[in-house]
Amino acid sequence: MQVTSSIREPLVTGGKTVRDVSEDISRQVEGKPTNLWWMAIGISLVLLLYGLYCVCMMLWHGIGMWGLNKTVGWAWDITNFVWWVGIGHAGTLISAILLLFRQRWRMSINRAAEAMTIFAVICAASFPAFHMGRLWLGFYWALPFPNAFGSLWVNFNSPLLWDVFAISTYFSVSLVFWYMGLIPDFAVIRDRAVRMGHNTRALIYNALSFGWQGGAKTWMRYESVALILAGLSTPLVLSVHTIVSMDFATSVIPGWHTTIFPPYFVAGAIFSGFAMVLTLLLVTRKVFKLEDYITIYHVELMNIIIIITGSIVGIAYITEFFIAWYGQVPAEQYAFINRATGPYWWAYWSMMTCNVISPQLFWFKKIRTNLVSTFILSIIVNIGMWFERFVIIVTSLHRDYIPSSWSMFHPTMYDIGQYIFTFGLFFTAFFLFAKFFPVINMAEVKSIVKATSEKKH
Amino acid sequence: MESNKNFVVGIFDDEDVLIHAVENVREKGLRIHEVYSPFPVHGLDEALGYKRTRLPIASFLFGLTGTTLALFTQTWMLGYDWPMDIGGKNHASLPPFIPVTFEFTVLLSAFGMVITFLIVSNMKPYSWPRQFDLRSTDDKHVMAVDLAENGMSKDEIGRLLKQNGASEVNEKNF
Repeated sequence: MQVTSSIREPLVTGGKTVRDVSEDISRQVEGKPTNLWWMAIGISLVLLLYGLYCVCMMLWHGIGMWGLNKTVGWAWDITNFVWWVGIGHAGTLISAILLLFRQRWRMSINRAAEAMTIFAVICAASFPAFHMGRLWLGFYWALPFPNAFGSLWVNFNSPLLWDVFAISTYFSVSLVFWYMGLIPDFAVIRDRAVRMGHNTRALIYNALSFGWQGGAKTWMRYESVALILAGLSTPLVLSVHTIVSMDFATSVIPGWHTTIFPPYFVAGAIFSGFAMVLTLLLVTRKVFKLEDYITIYHVELMNIIIIITGSIVGIAYITEFFIAWYGQVPAEQYAFINRATGPYWWAYWSMMTCNVISPQLFWFKKIRTNLVSTFILSIIVNIGMWFERFVIIVTSLHRDYIPSSWSMFHPTMYDIGQYIFTFGLFFTAFFLFAKFFPVINMAEVKSIVKATSEKKH
Repeated sequence: MESNKNFVVGIFDDEDVLIHAVENVREKGLRIHEVYSPFPVHGLDEALGYKRTRLPIASFLFGLTGTTLALFTQTWMLGYDWPMDIGGKNHASLPPFIPVTFEFTVLLSAFGMVITFLIVSNMKPYSWPRQFDLRSTDDKHVMAVDLAENGMSKDEIGRLLKQNGASEVNEKNF
């Protein structure tokens, strides 16, 4: 008994039944990893190991190994931090905000997007953690622990401390939200393992599923928990990038001291996050043959979000320029002219091209429904978003108040190495997730199969 | 867990058939032990006569605890225990305390609720659930009826379930 709508495109194609959903998604957890997977994890591990070498050298010798100088005291570290946190935002947007808006197309992409969020936030958090120099003392510096100075507490007026709370709350709540979604799906794999006679696997996945049974009462509570977690995560995700932007906006540096930052950063975060979700999902759908679950329609809808958020980001860039002129503060005006025409003009124009012009190509239906163009543009958007943070941070700092302290920033191999380290970490974690955890939320997809699946022809 | 319990287990293929069946058999006076589904079925909890969960209230109370705790801690630390002069501003003023207060509210609210959920649902990593039918996580809806709770015989219950659209009726002893 299947119902098809003539208005909306089907969310699951190929005439799938509830049974097919368990079969298709569980199979890649149960089977032996493919050669393609070994290759992917191999490359990720090479990146991780090279990065780890650079990180260890940096920890041993100190952060003087980075290319920072007295004028540019923040560069790649904070750029990469903001970039990774931004990427993380799409996962929560998909799973929480789209849940509140009852957008059912989120269901087959939310699992992977949330996993991406969690790994991206880990990568992001590594930068401020390493920038503290003595990582092992970081907890004492960043959290209000009683200490030997009487106790001298942390400064709750500082946006950097707000960041500590925002990022750690965001990470842990996202982790819980993601795990809650995984619990029923682990039980699917457990019960399949019992039927196939794999006792160890059954035990492991039973422990992971917390002994899930799926009774109507538990489902009722479960749905209530999911709804409230979504309700909590929605302001949380907006607060996180708002607070990240306050690291800059509450300072008095020209180019940073603007009230537009919070909404502009949040839009940019969702923009880059969706681009990363697309990059990852286009690969995952190919490797794990999920074409019937992650359809062209899903890709198109994500591209539409990219146009919207990309346009908001574009308007924000123009507004910043307008306000710099309209505000008539010479330092502010200089900062913006210098961004576009100064020594970092190439970074500024890379940002403008990648973030403002390239997503506008998605207005063409042919481009936004084409996988190759989507894949290429999704990478271009993330390059652009990296340059956005670099432009905001380095161009504002490199022209200090006294011309004698003007300077340029040159990254060393350790700056680059730590960026590579986070890529290694991110992709290793993502590929491990994709192999051992169900990449699509089976329970949610099953609940829509009857209503939005394509009929068998 | 209780041993030697006898259950009649009805297997349903379709969630709409299941909801009607639940309503009908409950009208006939059958007490249902629980219905196990591979995905949340909307309206099933009403059909089974379950009261709405009070988890939202728990979550709210945990959140309130977080708000109070964070506001109190920050004010006490910076306003009373070690007042610091930061840019000549007030030792303890509300606006800069809001971000941390908000984050802590969300943190406690989310974790408190999820932990409460795990406790009330009796979910532990080391407990193996009582499984009436392994297909209940795959594609079947499984209605378990406890013989001890009902006056009817196995056959009567079986017939009733079949009449209401069960595709299979089995017995299960624990």
